[in-house]
Amino acid sequence: MSELIHSRSTRWLLAGAGLIVTAVLFGLPLLTLVLASIAGEWTRALPTHPTLAHLRAALGGAQRAALWHSLATGVGATLAALVLGVWGALASRDAPRLVRRGVDAVFLLPVAIPSVSIGLALLVAFSHPPLLLNGTVALVGVTHVVLITAYAYASAQAGIARLPAGVEEMAGSLGATPSRVLVRVTLPLLLPQLRAAAALGFALSMGELGATIMIYPPGWVTAPVEVFSLTDRGSLFAGAALSVWLLATTFGALWLLDRRGSPRRTALARRRSDA
Amino acid sequence: MRAPRGLWRPVVIAVPFAVLGVVFLYPLALLAAEAFANPGGGYGLGTFAAILAGPAFHDALLATLRIALTATAVCLLLGSALALLVRFVAFRGARTLARMVDVYLAFPSFLVALSLTFLYGNSGFVRSLWLSTFGFAAAPAARSFLYGFWGVVLAEVTYYTPFVMRPLLAALEVIDRSQLEVASSLGERPWGVLRRVLIPELVPALIAGGSLCLLLTMNEFGIILVMGVKNVITLPMMIYGKAIDEFDYPAASAVAICNVALSLALYFAYRQALERMPQ
Repeated sequence: MSELIHSRSTRWLLAGAGLIVTAVLFGLPLLTLVLASIAGEWTRALPTHPTLAHLRAALGGAQRAALWHSLATGVGATLAALVLGVWGALASRDAPRLVRRGVDAVFLLPVAIPSVSIGLALLVAFSHPPLLLNGTVALVGVTHVVLITAYAYASAQAGIARLPAGVEEMAGSLGATPSRVLVRVTLPLLLPQLRAAAALGFALSMGELGATIMIYPPGWVTAPVEVFSLTDRGSLFAGAALSVWLLATTFGALWLLDRRGSPRRTALARRRSDA
Repeated sequence: MRAPRGLWRPVVIAVPFAVLGVVFLYPLALLAAEAFANPGGGYGLGTFAAILAGPAFHDALLATLRIALTATAVCLLLGSALALLVRFVAFRGARTLARMVDVYLAFPSFLVALSLTFLYGNSGFVRSLWLSTFGFAAAPAARSFLYGFWGVVLAEVTYYTPFVMRPLLAALEVIDRSQLEVASSLGERPWGVLRRVLIPELVPALIAGGSLCLLLTMNEFGIILVMGVKNVITLPMMIYGKAIDEFDYPAASAVAICNVALSLALYFAYRQALERMPQ
């Protein structure tokens, strides 16, 4: 790689500088969070009296409930958003250009709207009859679905654009009913995109704060809201411990999603069975 | 799925839009209705006039724009430098880095604020280090810079730089290497290659990444909330304060409508930029 920088020492110098900047700016915050979650005291430069008390405490009481609320909301909202997004993308695929642009606009609009404003809009709308959802768990779910459907829709659309031409028609002409074509041909072909959309949607839902803080009922405090109220009260170590569990849950779920038959893996398996 | 023919077709097609209409468009319409409703009944611009009359909205708008523009400028500079380094100096690390960037995007922004509190806060790592090394506090009485404009900018730069790097790394991957070699062999110095060959090629990616970054930093809320910045009120913070602390829904809605309009304008600029990016 030397089209640009020919001197070996300059390259090393630049690489070192980049590495240091990356480590200080991006690596250090994550490390700090983990250190704070096991710090008994942090009055000197480095934390002292390492303890697992915060991490253990975060698995009980209100914090455990908050983690569970986030996990349940994340899974439910991701599934609902996937259904809604894929359905919308499939339904609008044959529509005329102008209609499709309109559909795109509606589905992608939530991305462009500040999450606090979405939270406020839902709070205002569902505090009135005919739809009284204010103070219910359902409102949290609805809010998260609104926030992440756009990503499912965009992913499904990208997948549909890449479907091999004529496969579905072929299945249809061989006598498969439309629903059979959908379940056996279309959805399996869209699986990589759906998995990516699920990962992104779940991660966003797990970390959502701006809209949730506007609408959450007292009985359904999510983990980010709990982290905020802990740190706001000055319980910084407890907040860090809950954050660490929140991240662990998120990345654990993403890892599971990535592992269960990722495209590379299935391709590898196929090659192996061919051999 | 080709939708079934006959009577069911329009129904099957309409379901997702009906759902989105109820959970998204209807609330947006009611938000607008709340903002444009006059206290005495009927609709008008009364709430907007009242908000624009005070200094709070003006200050919040200015703070939002200043933070977002500063953070975006720093993100663009830093993101370009790091992306170029990865591409031209440490190419073998590019794959790993691209993956790490993806993982970073799954990290909620407010956690950056929390960890920066431990690092640079009033009793954070850096201050303690200073104290234990030199035996006196650098500026004992003063609050850390973290709880002001530059603290918010630092947190946003930390969080949003990867968003800028992503399109840049993608654009750098498709750049024709022979073009750079030709420029070098014709005697162009590295700085000249960068300025005259590389940067023009990267402009669409810079615009796309920059406008996305501007959109996200303008709407950033979690970082400022968790950091406990008291003297920096941005538009999202103002909406939150009006609605949750003051229960003034009409005023909150009016600010939200302004914020949404600003955000939509930026979003369309971003979509335009994306369409011009080579796929």
